[in-house]
Amino acid sequence: MKTAKPLTDALLYLNGVTVSFDGFKALNELSLIVEEGELRTIIGPNGAGKTTLMDVITGKTRPDAGEVFFRGVADLTRLDEAEIANLGIGRKFQRPTVFENLTVFQNLELALADSRGTWRTLFAHLTRDRCDRIAATLARIGLAEHSGRAASALSHGQKQWLEIGMLLIHDRALLLLDEPVAGMTDRETEETAELILDLSKDRTIVVVEHDMAFVRSLGARVTVLHEGAVLAEGSVDHVQNHARVIEVYLGR
Amino acid sequence: MSTPDIGRHRGTWSPGFWATFILCGGVLAFGVPLLNSGVSPGSPIAVPDYVVPLLGKYLCFALLALSLDLIWGYAGILSLGQGAFFALGGYCMGMYLMRQIGTRGVYGNPLLPDFMVFLNWKELPWFWWGFDHFAYAAGMVVLVPSLLALVFGWLAFRSRVTGVYLSIITQAMTYALMLAFFRNDMGFGGNNGMTDYKDLLGWDIHQSSTRRGLYIASVLALGLGFLLCRCITSAKLGRVLLALREAESRVRFLGYSITNAKLLVFTVSAVLAGLAGALYVPQVGIINPSEFSPGNSIEIAIWVAVGGRGTLVGAIVGAVLVNSAKTWLTGAAPETWLFVLGAMFILTTLVFPNGIVGLLHRLGRMPTRAAATMPAEEQA
Repeated sequence: MKTAKPLTDALLYLNGVTVSFDGFKALNELSLIVEEGELRTIIGPNGAGKTTLMDVITGKTRPDAGEVFFRGVADLTRLDEAEIANLGIGRKFQRPTVFENLTVFQNLELALADSRGTWRTLFAHLTRDRCDRIAATLARIGLAEHSGRAASALSHGQKQWLEIGMLLIHDRALLLLDEPVAGMTDRETEETAELILDLSKDRTIVVVEHDMAFVRSLGARVTVLHEGAVLAEGSVDHVQNHARVIEVYLGR
Repeated sequence: MSTPDIGRHRGTWSPGFWATFILCGGVLAFGVPLLNSGVSPGSPIAVPDYVVPLLGKYLCFALLALSLDLIWGYAGILSLGQGAFFALGGYCMGMYLMRQIGTRGVYGNPLLPDFMVFLNWKELPWFWWGFDHFAYAAGMVVLVPSLLALVFGWLAFRSRVTGVYLSIITQAMTYALMLAFFRNDMGFGGNNGMTDYKDLLGWDIHQSSTRRGLYIASVLALGLGFLLCRCITSAKLGRVLLALREAESRVRFLGYSITNAKLLVFTVSAVLAGLAGALYVPQVGIINPSEFSPGNSIEIAIWVAVGGRGTLVGAIVGAVLVNSAKTWLTGAAPETWLFVLGAMFILTTLVFPNGIVGLLHRLGRMPTRAAATMPAEEQA
């Protein structure tokens, strides 16, 4: 590492990131800056590189070139998934991935912001304080009565909420939400938009989404990806009137 | 499942659990030796001398099955090389027992075991040094399997080898060890292995009192092993293991180190298997390379599956039942045994995937502690 001084003030800083799979460039010299406290939505057609972008930030995929920094100091291209998660970056997947063989309560217990060390997990106790935090989160995501049920017994929407709850309870600095309203009813979508707006008051959130109505309801700055690079960036109105965006994405 | 969450943590160590545990342990530890030595041999309730080491052997197998259930039933690591750790523990004990023979061997050599004299060896190989001391041998029983598990596990888990691939390389591991131990110049007795033991800590190994002692030691080891596994699986680590069995990458994104968690339980499991092997050898009186055979390790997985994986109790029940059936059937109709074993496994997989314990749980709503809700399909 070169210097301990932050390279940038931005919370998340990507510069010239390239990822190729067998010659296909999933990300092509992509550069993106997300400021602290920002709510950002990322849209783009299928294959534009949205999920690959998430994979690079969370350490699942190593970029072939480019730099990725968190808070200007942590080089995310050198860390593994667990280390990145412990820096305070949380991710919600496209498909709801809760632990189906555990109860709702246990799912949240695993997500609690505790030490992740293997020894610690051997001796951790479920203190009153931890139980209270789990109970508070259960109430917030509306699953209080389902605490003891196996997560596999939840409806699709409830699983999405549980997953959001698992991100909430850890109190992360940066949340990456991959299609948080996929498969949700209109009402659930509305509630999720409210929840995200509420959450964005005290943390940075990046939302990847297809649903333009949902993106509009968030009213945040929008980045449009196309063929692995940023095509346009700006307010919802700006990108919706952008000629190239209409041509490659919205127009279709 | 009904309401297993907060209440379950308390239920794990409830008075009811301890009562059952102490009752079962007490009956096993005191009942059998008493019925063996305390009643006249003609009595219908007497336990004959030959049965004591036989039961002791089943208990060693139960501990071995328990060690597999810890990693397979909870963390989803189907090790098909568990027999290797068992055999290594057994070899460490066997080496100690060989050194105890002293001048009573066929060749009367005070230093070298018979097979070395036979091979014209002049001095004791360095890796045999220290094995004349019980404490040293006991240390090796723990150390050798755990070191192998640490190195093997570190390489495999760090490279994220999972599922069938892991099962295959564990099979390869035990097969490679078998071939190595078959060679005479390895210094472990080649294909004959080691046998003709005389005494253990000064006690004659053929005496029924020594056998009762070994049997009681096996009960103790199984009991302590069970408590240890229960500690691990009821801790938060247990939930981490169940979660990673379900969705490994998701657990990583939560910030847990999969490699370390797996390595810890894999090593603990290897130690338990080694301990089982060390207790097994003096009770059966021989250790040879066939203990490393891949078939043996697969059989362990069948015991656990039949008993019910992810329950701990199931592993014990499965090992004892399947091996009792094996003892009886290989005497009554030896040619049918492999078919029966195969049928048991297929039946378990198809009809009651959660094994005997899962079946009892479903029938009687028994308060067993199944590993949360178990997926019906096989992990690997």
